[in-house]
Amino acid sequence: MDGTTGSLTGEREPAQDYVSVNPLKMSAPLGGALFFLGIERALPVFHGSQGCTSFALVLLGRHFKESIPLQTTAMSEVTTILGGGENIQAAILRILEKSSPGVIGLCSTALTETKGEDIAGEVALFRKKHPEHAAIPVVGVSTPDFRGSHEDGFRAAMVRTIEELVPEGGKRVKGQINVLAGSHLTVADLDYLRGVLTQFGLDPIFLPDLSRSLDGFVPDSFEPLSMGGTTLSEIRRMGQSSHTLVLGESLRRAGEVLFEKCGVPYVVVSRLTGVGAFDRFLVTLRDLSGGDYPEILKRERSRLTDAMLDAHFYLGGLRVAVGLEPDHLFDVGHFLLENGMDLVARVTTTASPLLPKMPGGKAVVGDLGRLETEARDRGAQLLLTHSHGRQAAERLGIPLFRLGFPIFDRLGAAHRLSIGYRGAMETLFRLANLIWSRDPENRPDTWYPKLRKEKLQESGEPVLEEGFVPVRFDG
Amino acid sequence: MGTPKVSDVFQEAACGHNQSKSEKDRKKGCTKVATPGAAAGGCAFDGAKIALQPIVDAAHLVHGPIACEGNSWDNRSALSSGPRIYRTGFTTDMNEMDVVYGGEKHLFKAIRQIIERFNPPAVFLYQTCVPAIIGDDIEAVAKAATLKFGRPVIPVNAPGFVGGKNLGNKLAGEALLDYVIGTMEPEITTPTDLNIIGEYNLSGELWQVKPLLDRLGIRISACISGDARYREVASSHRARAAMLVCSKAMINIARKMEERYGIPWFEGSFYGISDMSASLRKIAALLVSRGAPEDLASRTEALIAQEEKEAWASISGLRPALAGKRALLITGGVKSWSVVSALMEAGLVVVGTSVKKSTAEDKERITELMGEDAHMIDTLTPREMYRMLKDAEADILMAGGRSQFVALKAKVPFLDVNQERRFAFAGYKGMVTLVSEIHRALTNPIFQTLREPAPWTAGCRITPLV
Repeated sequence: MDGTTGSLTGEREPAQDYVSVNPLKMSAPLGGALFFLGIERALPVFHGSQGCTSFALVLLGRHFKESIPLQTTAMSEVTTILGGGENIQAAILRILEKSSPGVIGLCSTALTETKGEDIAGEVALFRKKHPEHAAIPVVGVSTPDFRGSHEDGFRAAMVRTIEELVPEGGKRVKGQINVLAGSHLTVADLDYLRGVLTQFGLDPIFLPDLSRSLDGFVPDSFEPLSMGGTTLSEIRRMGQSSHTLVLGESLRRAGEVLFEKCGVPYVVVSRLTGVGAFDRFLVTLRDLSGGDYPEILKRERSRLTDAMLDAHFYLGGLRVAVGLEPDHLFDVGHFLLENGMDLVARVTTTASPLLPKMPGGKAVVGDLGRLETEARDRGAQLLLTHSHGRQAAERLGIPLFRLGFPIFDRLGAAHRLSIGYRGAMETLFRLANLIWSRDPENRPDTWYPKLRKEKLQESGEPVLEEGFVPVRFDG
Repeated sequence: MGTPKVSDVFQEAACGHNQSKSEKDRKKGCTKVATPGAAAGGCAFDGAKIALQPIVDAAHLVHGPIACEGNSWDNRSALSSGPRIYRTGFTTDMNEMDVVYGGEKHLFKAIRQIIERFNPPAVFLYQTCVPAIIGDDIEAVAKAATLKFGRPVIPVNAPGFVGGKNLGNKLAGEALLDYVIGTMEPEITTPTDLNIIGEYNLSGELWQVKPLLDRLGIRISACISGDARYREVASSHRARAAMLVCSKAMINIARKMEERYGIPWFEGSFYGISDMSASLRKIAALLVSRGAPEDLASRTEALIAQEEKEAWASISGLRPALAGKRALLITGGVKSWSVVSALMEAGLVVVGTSVKKSTAEDKERITELMGEDAHMIDTLTPREMYRMLKDAEADILMAGGRSQFVALKAKVPFLDVNQERRFAFAGYKGMVTLVSEIHRALTNPIFQTLREPAPWTAGCRITPLV
């Protein structure tokens, strides 16, 4: 019955849902904005109505607890009909006058794509009209909300940035390595990876680098731009790297573009969490770098194995319903299986070659409503998705493990380490503790529910009596 | 002091283990004297506290320096269906001045405060080594407090240094016999009143049994001491029959209640399907012989048939996955042969079982079950246990919590079957839980994963990603 609902059985695809009940996915422009926020002095701009921007801005702010630089072309009814070119020009000009961004990331939205706005054309027009601003790159990205999820928008922005900003060819720099970091990786994940790569003697360029922009750094001055992240000069050196690590199947196209343009070979790493996955990643790094395995990682692996043993009492056989973006689901799902859990429901947001290969069986593109239904039908004991899963978890009466984006009702989401040996260890502890904290204390009727007659006879608490017979003391 | 009591409980007439010893061995006592440098078990105070703390509406006050209660309180899973005061850690936390000037007044004031602030129906007072050595007379304090506050205050004289946990259990039993049992009259009595002695309701195991007794119309007049109320224990001398659960820990209570009040008893176990059924039959037979309705026996048979059928139905589904798997069973409290029989019923092969606390009779039954070449282990050092597991002589270790880390370091599945365990394994439902937990442990994939060599270890066959 996996992958199907209700009366549909066998090989057939599930019935199409005409209503999305409690959406799981976020929009593509939001993913585009998230990408640009990991580039130094960048300002993402949505070409759409101000609401498109505002919702994304608020959601990103709720997740990161940071002020989010995000601008809008503020399309109105009139400009939408007459054409938004002027709004783009005006927005870019105003931004350049008010602040001095290093790069502007212009993401389209459903509104302007529906109208058929030509972002690339408008940017070219702006270039012609304003040669005085030629030094400031403007990367236009097509991210219509009606196509894909934030994982797709993130990729689109990355591909366009590489196309626009990475120059062709150049001399190979030994040890320099590109890391195309997926949208599901946190600040802590990126920090950890940087440490690992450095220990292998590699010199990584992360694109994007949210660990230097949305990490809660408190600056001395304030600017309405991303304050940190991958620098433009780093991006321009990416063509000289010896390899590219593509962290997430969804970013494969970005690796390809870099290869086609600059000849940098790439490796797609679709799993980084858990002992098996990270073993393979380290073997790959050793192969690429020729360096030795760092001692600290040997220690961490040993700690992880012990954590797996300690946690398995709580997690073994646990029935988990998971709702995450495809790349994230693939990695986390394997990790859950590795630790003896069952993935009884797998719901994701967007098309991906990973869907049929998902651990535990094919994943379906759907919403939290579907995840909730499948979790209920298949007796899930744990819900694993972002914060919006909280209502479903409450209705199901099972705990929610918050993972993915957005996590708006807990602090520190960006600083949670999930990948590598250490991230796996920490995640196992958190998972097991969540289950343990809900371990119900057994009750008199745990094994044999009370009959009605017995309930009636049940007496209340014994009361203290006056004139209690004293204890016997002989002699 | 406790010395006459200690030799008294060592002369346990009803204990087969004790009676089969030579006169010389018997004089040495039941509990082996702890060996300096090689002792692991708990002390007499620990044993006494374990035995009495499940009286859930009483306050349990430990007279001693902080280690005795501070390091041990709320460490067991004896459950309550109501009051929670038994889980509150009360101690006099003796300081230097108490040691120099004596702690009796301190203790008396502590009792007063407990009664004023928590108002329990009774206070149990536990002696520990330091006040015992300086001569604090807790019996005198308990007596004075009882008279002053009009509330039973029961001295439990089992300071740690008099012996091990088992001795402490027995001394706790003596405290109940001396000061509690028979001091109150029950509100009602029925011809099916039963005492259950030596059952502590760990993880709620009593509740895997009690509902079945309820359905048979058998009333537990007192469980000593799982989920017990003080009043039930104090009035338990009017019961018609008693069952002694789990080894010899509280055999003195069963025997002396028979002597004093004429309550017949038998020793049985709730572990294992066949044992559970046998215990139910014996309970019914004993009660019928004491005037319970004749049809109790036939109703018991019907219930047993129904419960056994359901249990086997649940277990049989797991049998294929378990058939032939080798289990090593190292347990103290749980009767080995009883669990051995249950495991064999589930298709497992028991490659070894501990017999440290088993009687000659127990050992005979193990031989009966496992055959002549049964591997009976008296003591197993952690190092030897590690070696056995590492050499793959067993697929799963079932033991107390302390052995857990040995098994896990050897990357072998482990199931906790001792007092601190998370799951309840009594009765029919408990045995189904036990088998399904074994199944869950054996089928967890992490053990295979963990045996794979690390990338930097010889024999690693992981290839780089391309």
